[in-house]
Amino acid sequence: MIGAPLTRVDGVAKVTGAARYSYEEPVANTAYGVIVTSTIAAGRIASIDAKEAQSLAGVLLVLSHENAPRVKADAGDRKLQVLQDDAVFYDRQPVALIVADTFERATDAASRVRVTYDRKAPATTMSSPGAQTYTPSQANNNPPDTTRGDFDAAFASAPVKLDNSYVTPTEFHNPMEPHATLAMWSGDELTIYDTSQGVFPRRASVAKIFGIPDTSVRVVSKFIGGGFGSKGGTNPYCVLAAMAAKVIGRPVKVVLTRPQMFGGFGNRPRTEQRVRLGADRSGKLTAMAHDVRSQGSRYDDFIENAAVISRMLYAVPNQITTHRGVRYDVVTPTYMRAPGESSGSFALESAMDELAYATGTDPLELRLINYAETDLSEQKPFSSKSLRQCYAQAAQRFGWASRKAAPRSMRTPDGLLAGYGMASSTYPSNRSSASAAATMHADGTVLATSGGCDIGTGAYTAFTQVAAEAIGLPVARVRFDLGDTTMPPAPEAGGSQLTASVANAVHAAGVALREKLAGLATANRNSPLHGRQLADLAFGDGRVFVRAQPVTGERYADIVRHSGAPSVMARADVQHDRRAKGPYSSHAFGAHFAEVHVDPDLGTVRLARMVSAFAAGTIVNAKTARSQFLGGTVWGVSMALHEEGRIDERTGRYMNASLENYLVPVNADIPSIEIILVDEQDEFVNPLGIKGIGEIGNVGSAAAVANAVYHATGKRVRELPISPEKLLT
Amino acid sequence: MRPFAYARAQSADAAIAAMAQDARAAFLAGGTNIVDLIKLDVAQPGTLIDIGALPLAAIEVATDGSVRIGALARMSDTADHTAVRSGAPCVAMALNLSASAQLRNMASIGGNVLQRTRCVYFRDVTQPCNKRQPGSGCSAIGGDDRKMAIFGANDRCIAVNPSDFSVAMLTTDATIHLRGPAGERTTPFLGFQRLPDDPALDTNIVRGELITAISFMPTALTRNSTYLKVRDRASYEFALVSVAAALDVRNGTIHDARVALGGVAHAPWRARAAEAALIGKPAVRATFAAAADAELRAAKPQRLNGFKVVMAKNAMVRALGTLGGAA
Amino acid sequence: MALGKVTRRRFLVRSAIPAIAAGIGIGVPRLNAVAQAASSVSIVPASGPGAVPVTLNVNGTEHAMRIEPRVTLLDALREQLGLTGTKKGCDQGQCGACTVLVDGRRVNACLTLAIAAEGKKVTTVEGLASDGKLHPVQAAFLEYDAFQCGYCTPGQICSAVGLIAEGRTRSDAEIREFMSGNICRCGAYTNIVAAVKAAAGHA
Repeated sequence: MIGAPLTRVDGVAKVTGAARYSYEEPVANTAYGVIVTSTIAAGRIASIDAKEAQSLAGVLLVLSHENAPRVKADAGDRKLQVLQDDAVFYDRQPVALIVADTFERATDAASRVRVTYDRKAPATTMSSPGAQTYTPSQANNNPPDTTRGDFDAAFASAPVKLDNSYVTPTEFHNPMEPHATLAMWSGDELTIYDTSQGVFPRRASVAKIFGIPDTSVRVVSKFIGGGFGSKGGTNPYCVLAAMAAKVIGRPVKVVLTRPQMFGGFGNRPRTEQRVRLGADRSGKLTAMAHDVRSQGSRYDDFIENAAVISRMLYAVPNQITTHRGVRYDVVTPTYMRAPGESSGSFALESAMDELAYATGTDPLELRLINYAETDLSEQKPFSSKSLRQCYAQAAQRFGWASRKAAPRSMRTPDGLLAGYGMASSTYPSNRSSASAAATMHADGTVLATSGGCDIGTGAYTAFTQVAAEAIGLPVARVRFDLGDTTMPPAPEAGGSQLTASVANAVHAAGVALREKLAGLATANRNSPLHGRQLADLAFGDGRVFVRAQPVTGERYADIVRHSGAPSVMARADVQHDRRAKGPYSSHAFGAHFAEVHVDPDLGTVRLARMVSAFAAGTIVNAKTARSQFLGGTVWGVSMALHEEGRIDERTGRYMNASLENYLVPVNADIPSIEIILVDEQDEFVNPLGIKGIGEIGNVGSAAAVANAVYHATGKRVRELPISPEKLLT
Repeated sequence: MRPFAYARAQSADAAIAAMAQDARAAFLAGGTNIVDLIKLDVAQPGTLIDIGALPLAAIEVATDGSVRIGALARMSDTADHTAVRSGAPCVAMALNLSASAQLRNMASIGGNVLQRTRCVYFRDVTQPCNKRQPGSGCSAIGGDDRKMAIFGANDRCIAVNPSDFSVAMLTTDATIHLRGPAGERTTPFLGFQRLPDDPALDTNIVRGELITAISFMPTALTRNSTYLKVRDRASYEFALVSVAAALDVRNGTIHDARVALGGVAHAPWRARAAEAALIGKPAVRATFAAAADAELRAAKPQRLNGFKVVMAKNAMVRALGTLGGAA
Repeated sequence: MALGKVTRRRFLVRSAIPAIAAGIGIGVPRLNAVAQAASSVSIVPASGPGAVPVTLNVNGTEHAMRIEPRVTLLDALREQLGLTGTKKGCDQGQCGACTVLVDGRRVNACLTLAIAAEGKKVTTVEGLASDGKLHPVQAAFLEYDAFQCGYCTPGQICSAVGLIAEGRTRSDAEIREFMSGNICRCGAYTNIVAAVKAAAGHA
């Protein structure tokens, strides 16, 4: 069952519209909260005039720093201190909340709140006067700086040297579902229906903000309309909903507008990355330096760990990597799909492509020349690594061999420039503690639970399969539920860790359940299994039986019935410190091959096709896994060609705050992407051999497209996105 | 979103009269622009007069061969209509390259001609804008001007007109039919949409007037036309630059030509200098390039959109090239 | 209370007599006068801005509602009828998540006023399956895994139903272009094309 391309178990609910996304929960008497946001990026609120807003019919509450309930200081990011004082740190910072009995009235009233400011001239770019560079204490839980060998000496003596800088722009997640919280209080007990990637982390954070015990908060997130990192951390809208619900004593839902999603919770920070490569004339690397500057806010720390991938992807003996943050007047950035690896791989894999051309080496051959057999950053063997197979299978399927080496040497039948590019991909295999429960009912069906979230990954389906396999039941008799803090705890769906974490817990719970059922049977003198040893038993098709004599056995349903209890439950708690270091380094790997067509007169780049291969240990569901890889790869395409938050440097306001002007791909942009699942077994990474797959598609894919653009045009664009002006001028 | 009243008009005259009575009334047809602008607080009508049920959706070919597109014809129906497709292929192409299938099913042809700019500063009421608030200044100047005008702009407004259809219609010498409190009138399509001498005014429509139809006469020229739209992504995006071109080539010589550009000015830009450089010349690439050069010589790009000059030039050559071989 | 008050006003208009159109009605609008007019007079009754009675036909059922004219079809479906299958993605006609069928044609519900949809037949994702059997497009989306988070999916499915009725499924390129009004941030596009093709009988 593990590995089968099972159709999504929650699919019918999604295609019929029955799936209720968090804030769609029908709760009687819910009021509507609409946020008023700042129109300056730095300064102080001078006055708030809400008289007109307050006078409108249906308006229940106007919250501002003048009357908002106090929250606990030091309860996380500074941006969670919402409506606590008059300071403005970023454009579109919440400055008031209107609550009314209908959405229309709340929206109308919000537009009539007049706020005046004492404005400070903002620093709005990394090079603006007033922007401050700082050395972080960590880069997304990695050391910010590393050295090995002697970079300076090796680089100085390298026969081939490259020294180039690459820029990735500010990017916004833009999940299709806006961020929202529906909050309600019963005394001091808070329930929130939230767009959350992790109900337990959300619970802990919200409890801390309001100074109440974790157990007084329930968080529910059954369906989430995409997160990509943006629904991981707690953000102001969530705090505001809970505040307002408390004040008016009535459920309140707060939903961000699409423009508010450009500042309401952060973004992928802009990075400026300098990459220096030293190599011999065959392209073998001798030295590498990767120095990263990452956009940051004035008041919280966040670093895009872009150089971390360079520490382990290639066998380079002499290396320096550094991360610096640059503070200016913008919202605190946050995690966005493959934070660090996606932006860092653009720089690294572009630089590797440049090295290939500089040394006259085929880009794929260059990767093989520098193949890392061990993880040089951790000085450990890989628990498994099938990158060679990824290269080979994807190259074969793509037809890489037909590539003409020279840039600008290939054309389409209708005269466009054609280019082939490739890049490597990798993402660390993360795992955290997780718990799960499984309950066998007297009708022979199982309900298994764990409080993770399905943000579109297929978690419902994957965990159903794992439970069914562990217990020995057809999947049709297992129901898996998640997304509620009343369930056993699970980590956030982030860092590609959820499946590896929860599947192992679900499996353990399933094994515990079947053994508990076996124990009940062997202890029951009326059971055909009475007196048997567990070691002699096997499980499958809804029953326990004697391995050597399968006809002798008992159905689970009968065991439950004979137990005298309505059901039998088992629970497993699998402890794992995500930061703990074991004897192996564990990563998923992949390879992208892209063909682009470039109109040399118009400067437009269109993806023609892509083939991407991934090896990520045990694949729990081949169908949904393929979709995860596909989606991540699409993100790389738009990172290369489309996405860019465009800030007005005079005001610090992102002016393309809409899906009209912040471009993500539409259907016509993605003609063909083939995903190859490369077989891989990993005995060491975790009991089930699962590596995460949610983010790796977005690693290297932008570089593969950018490298194809270079091959097509002979023009190296080192600042994303590759928009027409960069090829025309 | 401010509250407004709603009235469903049963006749054009009733709609016009209702409009005349209420200075804060506005017409509602497809809604794709007015409802959007109301949500943004850019428009704050007191009453919406729904003209959607009026019998103005027909597309007809008159006895003289002219094609009359009712103002309430949907973009999708117009794009699919044989008379439009054969009489002015570039118009059908422009429509199919506009917006999305859903929006084309909603938006009317009359509304398309009247739609307001997509300038991000115009659409954000927190930003000064002469078009919204005369005299407040143009935030686009010196701001993110990548998508702004390269022709006909001034120090008060550098926004561009977003309509693809209007650009294509400039290849046809079309006529706009209006009805208002003072009765009916017609006006040439060319010039109906204005340059930003007064940024508050997008067109020469008189308050209270209703566009009832747009007509054009198919000719050898209009039947040989094409539309090229250049944009960052492959679909569902307004043009960075677009070109509508029509050529009447006889024995290898350009007998007549119409060229218009979109995405470059406050109104669809009739490329008269290019047309002059085409007529009488051989239909070859060198002629097209010379015509494009002649037109773009007058371009005045903003800080971030110098690329539009190159793009427009090359797009014009490309579009003309696809027509050149045809009779 | 101003917003809650129901006002019905009527404009008196005699067609083709501009003087009357421009003049006579002016004193009338704020009154609840009902025009008892000659046959040459047509009437433009105005409703609102407070909540007014509106009957919406959704998935074959008539719903008598009271809504303000400014309420969009999208918000009327989601907040008043509890039909949350139709999604709000951008509320600006820029993503397609709110796509529904009105009189069989796909439109953006976020830019459609509910009051303007009176008298038309609205079909949402909840109205596609019949007798407990999935619509072929729904079944194909399941089969081809044409979604991940599922939030754009109702809009994609309604759009695909409209697309197939339009006959725009003659090639993959045509499907891609004519499905480009529905953004899928999860990036399921190639699977969506496969599903649409299969549902259209071209697989």
